[in-house]
Amino acid sequence: MVKIEHLYKFFNEKEVLHDISCEFEPGKTNLIIGQSGSGKTVLMKCLIGLYEAEKGRILYDHRDFIKMSKKEKKIIRQEMGVLFQGGALFDSMTVKENVMFPLIMLSDLNDAEKNDRVNFCLERVKLQDTHHFYPSQISGGMKKRVAIARSIALNPKYLFCDEPNSGLDPKTSLVIDELISEITHEYQITTIVNTHDMNSVMAIGETVSFIFEGKLWWKGNNENVLFTDNKELNEFVYASKFAQQLKAIK
Amino acid sequence: MNKISLLKFGQINVNNMRLNLLELILQDIGEYLLLMKRVFAIPENKRYFRKQIVDEINSLCIDSLLIVSVISIFMGAVITIQTNLQVENPLLPSWTIGFVVRQSVVLEFAPTIISVFLAGKIGSRIASEIGTMKVTEQVDALETMGINSASHLIFPKIIGCSLINPLLIVISIFLGLFGGWCACEFLGTIPSSQYIEGIRSWFVLRDIFYALIKTFFFAFLMSSISGFWGYKTTGGALEVGKTSTQAVVNSSFLILLFDLILTQIFLG
Repeated sequence: MVKIEHLYKFFNEKEVLHDISCEFEPGKTNLIIGQSGSGKTVLMKCLIGLYEAEKGRILYDHRDFIKMSKKEKKIIRQEMGVLFQGGALFDSMTVKENVMFPLIMLSDLNDAEKNDRVNFCLERVKLQDTHHFYPSQISGGMKKRVAIARSIALNPKYLFCDEPNSGLDPKTSLVIDELISEITHEYQITTIVNTHDMNSVMAIGETVSFIFEGKLWWKGNNENVLFTDNKELNEFVYASKFAQQLKAIK
Repeated sequence: MNKISLLKFGQINVNNMRLNLLELILQDIGEYLLLMKRVFAIPENKRYFRKQIVDEINSLCIDSLLIVSVISIFMGAVITIQTNLQVENPLLPSWTIGFVVRQSVVLEFAPTIISVFLAGKIGSRIASEIGTMKVTEQVDALETMGINSASHLIFPKIIGCSLINPLLIVISIFLGLFGGWCACEFLGTIPSSQYIEGIRSWFVLRDIFYALIKTFFFAFLMSSISGFWGYKTTGGALEVGKTSTQAVVNSSFLILLFDLILTQIFLG
């Protein structure tokens, strides 16, 4: 379980996150939604330790991440898998080497075990025939799937996905969403997904947290996100004309 | 505004600009030292680190061998022709041309000019490679895995350059002298036997050590400064271009500055 308590983040003197408190449950896909610039990426970067929050607590199974020493943070980071917006695959490495990388650097497995694990992860994301390709030789959706394979290579307890569907067509987005959801349930991972894609919200949003102007504005799930009275959330959910027409029909 | 107040206004602006520039320089030096503190850390995986060093030696230095060889041969030939043209004194024996060419190549042209050239080639490559990794979140990916990204990316490059650049300079010295010999043999600048006699006269091994020590310093400067500028990159493609230019400009300037300092220390 990941728990945030009264989290504040400032850039210079500008408050970007204001008193955020929420819980992300294990074995569920926990979505953070909000407009661009609302602070959801900053929140995720605070959670994975790329930014340091000024105030508040981030608890990983009751372990306070902010107060940890560098060594303790290093250990907990090995329990995290992160899927970045663009995939963040290493350009100079092949698909196989990308997935193998965390195993080489951080595990005690022997070469045969590493190979087995890489094959398993790539098969899990249905990319068993792409071992020797470089990231520049594969499509955007495949890059995301390789990034997922890399992020699960070390059997993470926590999986963070920043805009996993950005730049993908709706069909490929669905594949990525389903993959994230399946992996979450299969390995009982606490998964936190940053998104502004309403298709993802409806497909995999078991818990949904809406961030507005740096504050946690609303919390619910994909079943009640469409029927809320919250004005700001409604403006976000029904931003497109298509969604507004659907709402009118409903 | 009268003339006096305009002057004062101008002085304040100039002083502010100087202060800002000084602040920026001090800030960069501070950031550089802090980054170096992170860079010189025990590698996460020593076997992988050794592989990285070999890869860096191959991609940064061995790739430069051909162009360094070509430049050195032409440089040696041109120095020989130029020196011969400038020293048209019947009292000076022809072999002095060989002696002057050797001293010029060993003491300055090979270690300094080739290092400035390598700062352009290797420096821009290091800065743009790390800069691109920074803007495409590859560096963040390393950090979130619990890997010291600064050490992982910059340390092997510094070791690779510092180990192999002195070797490149030794090759450059030999090829520079060979270029001079070619000018004598094929263009008839001076008799080649005289040239060989010149390059063998008053040879002091200390000059070679001095050239190698300089090269080692220059290799460290170009790789660490380029790594620093690459690591400092934020934004997008435009910033990657800007930081790689900054890396080359700063490395070249500091190579020339340290050339002066080291020459004064060792030979002054």
